[in-house]
Amino acid sequence: MGKEQKGPKTKRFGMVIDLDKCTGCGSCMVACMAENNVPFRKDESNKFLSLTWLRIYKLTNGKPFPDTDICYLPRPCMHCEGHGGHSPCVSVCPAVATDYSDETGIVSQIYTRCFGCRYCMASCPYHARYFNWWDPVWPDGMEKYLSPNVSPRMRGVVEKCSFCYHRYQLAKERIFIEGRSEVEEDEYQTSCAQACPARAITFGDLNNPKHAVYKKKKSPNGFRLLERLGTNPKIYYVSSREWVRRAGDNYLKGEGKLKESVQHG
Amino acid sequence: MFPFNFEWIWDMSHVVFMGGLWYALNILGIGMTYCIVKAILDASKGKDNHNH
Amino acid sequence: MDSALIPKGVKRCPLWQFALFIGAVSAVLGWGVYAMLLCWFKGLNQTNMNDYYGFALWIWADLAVIAIGGGAFFTGLLKYIFGKDDLKNIINYAVLIGFICYSSALLILAIDIGQPLRGWFIFWHANVHSMLTEVAFCLTCYFGVLTIEYIPLILENRQIDRVPFFHHLSHNMHEIMAVFAATGAFLSFFHQGSLGGVAGVLFGRPFAFREGLLVWPWTFFLFTWSAAACGPCFTILVTKITEAVTRKKLVKDNAIELLAKISGWMILTYIIAKTIDTWYWAKVLAPSKGLTMMDFYSNNPLYGIWILITEIVICGFVPAFILITKKGRKNSLALWIAVTLAVVGVCLNRWVMVLQVLAIPVMTFDIWAMYFPSWQEIATTILPVAYGIILIALSYRYLPVFPNEAELNPLEPLPVEDQEPSELLGDQERELIPAEA
Repeated sequence: MGKEQKGPKTKRFGMVIDLDKCTGCGSCMVACMAENNVPFRKDESNKFLSLTWLRIYKLTNGKPFPDTDICYLPRPCMHCEGHGGHSPCVSVCPAVATDYSDETGIVSQIYTRCFGCRYCMASCPYHARYFNWWDPVWPDGMEKYLSPNVSPRMRGVVEKCSFCYHRYQLAKERIFIEGRSEVEEDEYQTSCAQACPARAITFGDLNNPKHAVYKKKKSPNGFRLLERLGTNPKIYYVSSREWVRRAGDNYLKGEGKLKESVQHG
Repeated sequence: MFPFNFEWIWDMSHVVFMGGLWYALNILGIGMTYCIVKAILDASKGKDNHNH
Repeated sequence: MDSALIPKGVKRCPLWQFALFIGAVSAVLGWGVYAMLLCWFKGLNQTNMNDYYGFALWIWADLAVIAIGGGAFFTGLLKYIFGKDDLKNIINYAVLIGFICYSSALLILAIDIGQPLRGWFIFWHANVHSMLTEVAFCLTCYFGVLTIEYIPLILENRQIDRVPFFHHLSHNMHEIMAVFAATGAFLSFFHQGSLGGVAGVLFGRPFAFREGLLVWPWTFFLFTWSAAACGPCFTILVTKITEAVTRKKLVKDNAIELLAKISGWMILTYIIAKTIDTWYWAKVLAPSKGLTMMDFYSNNPLYGIWILITEIVICGFVPAFILITKKGRKNSLALWIAVTLAVVGVCLNRWVMVLQVLAIPVMTFDIWAMYFPSWQEIATTILPVAYGIILIALSYRYLPVFPNEAELNPLEPLPVEDQEPSELLGDQERELIPAEA
């Protein structure tokens, strides 16, 4: 756990996801799974057992035709900062198998340290953490297509979105060799952000005024999921629709009239 | 758990938490050692205490 | 055949009958062991847990057995530190029950982790900020205390006691038992509390989250208090069950009544604190996160407001009022009802603080998640019950668990030619024979 992240030298990598642009195509999910060697099984019908580092939720406003409206909401790990790096999952891990980086703001997961108590999963209100109930089994020949930069996980440990941290490591290696000091915005991008055909996902350093996310996060239509809990997530959403913004958090009756109309799809 | 573990930091949390742990472990360890050593000595002396 | 091992002045069933009983319970134990091995070798896919239910039946069982096993530390505290000497007649059994509960909890935890061979990481790579670390350390240390408290009882077996070293060791351990009991109480305060802290610190889960004192949420103190309150009720309940099965009076009424009275006042004060905590949570804490109390108790097939009423009123105030009144404590049926309700209440509280926490959707577009355990989970949860019954049966048969048993159940003298050690758990023999004959 670290101190409050301020100042230009401290990075806070995060995303701004424009929900008005997201079509729910799922490219980001596929790219994420391929990039990070996320295992899957033959039968993935039970979504409570599927490993989806990035999952798309379908929201509806619950109104009948012609007023019905839907919204697709991609949900990666929020890389919560909490207060001073006190994210919900990091502080509870008994074996320091997950950590909040003061340098990048990324919540990491150390697979070889995790012993599978799943306390972090219980602590995460976003269900962004997944347990390997089985050992990964790849279809014949597919192991040749696995990414060599990401270690596959064994049965019995928790895994989650890492903001494609291996890409950041590769970018840092490159700038070191080239004698530069700063990783440029386009040198470190997550696979989901790159795969999105609608360019709904913008990734970058939320502290860096040169990065697109710095400006986009300040959109008047922006919101974050469950902000009221104090998780201080680093994923910002933008939507021009009020009911979508309202769906981002819980409100008492007087506070948000549209709360009841949002349904899970 | 030990100061040589790389997670170890000399801060208040570690001192209080691990201090409590080692304090309890020491009491148990010293207590049991006392009981065992005294039992060996008592047994070798042929002491009788059939009164508990 | 095993009469030489049976304590003096008490009667026990014939060995064949005892073996038959142990064999039957061992079959259940074997079923649990088989399920346990399945979980260890095939992994946690043998369970019905999922990514919504990372904690489930096992963690509940852990919390529940530790709460009801709290009778050991609290009875020890009352006897050795507060000098309630009447409790000396029940302290052995309280320790035995505690030993069973805590060893069961450790076993269940060993099954519950995804990588059991890495279990030692929790000690070696300890994160001192995690409540689970505090649980693991204090629980393991306290299990050590319970073992130390149980050892003298084993050493008092007639044959073991003949060995001078063991005899003296047992004597010496008795002499400084107050030191061990005080250490046990210290450790118990923290592990019982940190189990409450496990849920209370989850600020991402508004059903569980509580504010508190320093680093400890209020659930920390509520869990310790409830374990101290309801743990002795479980000790009384198991004593009563043992008395019913053996058809003998094993513990004098004064010990039971004293424990019941203290327990009653503890339950009353706890349940008042719990009510205040619930009220503050419902009126202040949850609304500050945009949620009303009924959001946690509606739109699902199981978790209705009934669960809160059952926990606080039926299993809280009712047993408290029975136990604090002399009439209630002295009435056998009322005592049975009160201790049973108290045990059910604390187990229900632990269920709610584990399972309901995870069932409740926090994101507005999420859903209530329901769960039913797999047979492997059920079998491994029943396993400790079978193990406990076996350990109680063995201890009862061969160790002087109940110091008053011989006094409360005097043996009739028998003709010399009939002397054969043959009494059963259920007293079915007509003849009463001294075991050492």
